[in-house]
Amino acid sequence: MLRPSFTGAGVRRGLRVALPLVVGTFPFGLVVGVASSGRGLSLLETLLMSGLAFAGTAQLVALELWAEPAPLLAAVFATFVVNLRMAPMGAALAAWFDRVRGWRLWATLGLLTDQGFALAATEQRRGLGRDAGFLFGVGLLLWLFWIVAVGAGHALAGAVRLAPAHPLFFAPVAVFVALLVPLWRGVRQDAAPWALAASVALALHGTGLGPPWPLLAGALSGAALAAAREARHGAPAPRR
Amino acid sequence: MTLRPDALAVILGMAAVTYLCRAGGYVVLRAARPPRLVEAMLRHLPGPLFVAYVAPAMAAQDLAAWMGAAAVVAVQAATRNLAASIAAGVATVALARGAF
Repeated sequence: MLRPSFTGAGVRRGLRVALPLVVGTFPFGLVVGVASSGRGLSLLETLLMSGLAFAGTAQLVALELWAEPAPLLAAVFATFVVNLRMAPMGAALAAWFDRVRGWRLWATLGLLTDQGFALAATEQRRGLGRDAGFLFGVGLLLWLFWIVAVGAGHALAGAVRLAPAHPLFFAPVAVFVALLVPLWRGVRQDAAPWALAASVALALHGTGLGPPWPLLAGALSGAALAAAREARHGAPAPRR
Repeated sequence: MTLRPDALAVILGMAAVTYLCRAGGYVVLRAARPPRLVEAMLRHLPGPLFVAYVAPAMAAQDLAAWMGAAAVVAVQAATRNLAASIAAGVATVALARGAF
C-alpha cells in the first residue's frame, strides 16, 4: 500500500507491532509513577498528566522541579524543551499524512512517540507503509499502557523499590538499540553520519548540558552530514 | 483523589506545549515546502536521532549493559523480532550483573 491513507487494518497492525515496545516503556512508566507519588501528586493528577502530556522524559523532568505551589513556568518550559525533538519527527513523517484529515490526523500526531517514529521510519525504508493508521495504532497502545504503568507505579510507590542497577532499567535503552538495527543501511552510507551524531551528543552531554540539547544537536548534525553527502554524490536514498 | 488548581494548570500547560511539539513540525512543513537540503535532512534523521539518544545513555552504563546491547543487536539482526531482542538484552544484563 503505497498511497498514504488511514485504514483499520493499519491500526490493528500498529497495535500488534507495538506490543513488544511496552516491555521497554512499562518500567519507565513505573519509575515516573513512583516519582509522581514521591512529589505528592494525587493519583488523579498523575493519571491526567500521563494521559494529556504522554511524554515520559518530560514528565520526569517536570517532577524533578516540582514544588509547592506547582511551578507553572518552569515545568511548562522544561516540557517544551525536552519535547522539541518531536517537531522534526512530525515533519519527517509529513508524507504519511497527505491524505489524512480531521480527527484521524490530529489524534495520530498527538500520539506520536520516539518509538512510533522509529517503527514508521523503518517501514518507510522497507518500502512498506505510509498507512497513518499504523502510526495511530502504535501510539494508542503505547498511550494506554503508559497510563496503566504510571498509575501502577503511583499505586505501588511504597512497595516497589527497584534498585537503580535493576536489569529492567536496561529495557528502555534496549528498545532504541534494537530499533537502530533495521535503520542501518551499510558502512558507506551510515558510518560517518552515525559517528558524528554520537560524537556531538557525547561531547555536549559531557559538558553537562541537559536534555534535549545533546540529542537535538547530535541528530541534526548527523542528518546534515548525510544530506550534504547525498547532495555531493547524488546518491538517491531508496524511498518513494 | 484531589485535583489542585495549581497542579491542573501545570498539567494543562505541559499537555499544550507537548501537543505543539508533536503537531507543530508537521503543520509548519505542510504550509511551506522545505528547501531540498532540509528535505534530505528529514529523510536521514531517524538513524542519527536514535544514535544521539543511545550514545549518552550507553556511555553512563556498565560492562553488563554493553554486553546486553551486543545481545540486542545480534538477536535483532538475526530474528528482526523486537520482543526477542529486548528480552535477550535484559536477560544478558541480569546474567552479567549476577555473575560479576
